[in-house]
Amino acid sequence: MTFQVELVSPEAITYSGEAEMLVARTVEGGDIAFQPGHVPFIGVLAVWSVEVIRPDGGRDTFAVHQGFVQVAGTKISILSDVSEEATEIDVARAQTAKDNAEAALTADSEDQDAAGALGRAELRLAVAGAEQA
Amino acid sequence: MAGGKERELRRRIDSVQNTKKITRAMELIAATRVVKAQQRAREARPYAEQITKVIENLAAGGAEVDHPLLRQAEKVERVGVIVISSDRGLAGPYNSSVIRAAERQVQNARSEGADYALIAIGKKARDYFTFRKYEIASYTEGISDNPSYEDARKLADTVADLFISGSIDRVELVYTEFLSMGSQKVATRRFLPLEGTDTMAAVGSGEAGATDSFEFEPSPEAVLAALLPRYVEARLFGALLESAASEHANRQRAMKAATDNADELITKLSREMNRARQDAITTEIMEIISGAEALNDDDQSEEIAPVGAEN
Repeated sequence: MTFQVELVSPEAITYSGEAEMLVARTVEGGDIAFQPGHVPFIGVLAVWSVEVIRPDGGRDTFAVHQGFVQVAGTKISILSDVSEEATEIDVARAQTAKDNAEAALTADSEDQDAAGALGRAELRLAVAGAEQA
Repeated sequence: MAGGKERELRRRIDSVQNTKKITRAMELIAATRVVKAQQRAREARPYAEQITKVIENLAAGGAEVDHPLLRQAEKVERVGVIVISSDRGLAGPYNSSVIRAAERQVQNARSEGADYALIAIGKKARDYFTFRKYEIASYTEGISDNPSYEDARKLADTVADLFISGSIDRVELVYTEFLSMGSQKVATRRFLPLEGTDTMAAVGSGEAGATDSFEFEPSPEAVLAALLPRYVEARLFGALLESAASEHANRQRAMKAATDNADELITKLSREMNRARQDAITTEIMEIISGAEALNDDDQSEEIAPVGAEN
């Protein structure tokens, strides 16, 4: 049994496909996996990866920077301002962003923007790394 | 000689022809842009719909929160008016109608005894309101043509901050709805405070089925609190996209009218010019004939006379 997964950004539907399982992380609860038949669910996602396990056993990994997950019936929607597929991530750029953010943080440890940027850059690297392994 | 009029008409025709080339090019550009803008507006719809659906489900799940974006002021002291216009003109009545609707909102606010805060998007709105000595609280340009979500987010944040800090108590959004290629309409919508979740849910499509009892994580209230700002952004983004599509559709129509008009003008002027040329030729022939007649008065007059009679 499978269900329909949709990744919806404000600009467009960025991903749509069948899946056997979806793994995400919510702001408080840690990782959560959904399989077909899951009870209707709405959650706030943490800045973390979302993994879609396709029926053929392959997996698509996304870096999701904030968003929501809604499970209703046989459909899962991920609503997110920014989400990137692992294969699309520019590792070099993420690395630079991480270095810059770290430098900004050492200069001013209260810098919220830099802390956010660091989190995003680390996630990008983690997701891209998982893809390469 | 009479050739002067012909030359003058020729010049006018050339100038109209040049104008026609420009309007024709603008029409074609607007035509491709309107298709793109329309597609973007269509692609952005699922997100707004899904967010509305989540809110709907939250309302069904009984979440009711005291979020600052839902604050209903007891007395409205300052009304924010967001007006979405374009940076460039030559778009027919597009700008003037949306600006007029915004001005009406400002006047409504005044007649209620409230102050106003204009949030202008696009050069045209700014020019209009500064010329008439209205005060503009916030101005953004360069985004109405092809808005990005980032633009919408920044703008929504500015407006939400003003609202949450209490410096404005109500926000009206004035933009142009894109109904179809042939029909766009100025719309004025209550932007903030958001209506209660119940009303939002009632407006939504209700496809997900309110009978499902949802689980929420962390809690319905926390989800809603995280969701409402996104909802505000998505609504503003949708309005920006629709306005952009409307702008291009209006420009296309205006430029098509201008091109057609130029065609008509060229035909009319060409006729006039041809007549002027014929007149000039006729006059010239007449002059030659009468000159010739005067020279050989006696023997040639019989042959030439019929030609002169024809004229």
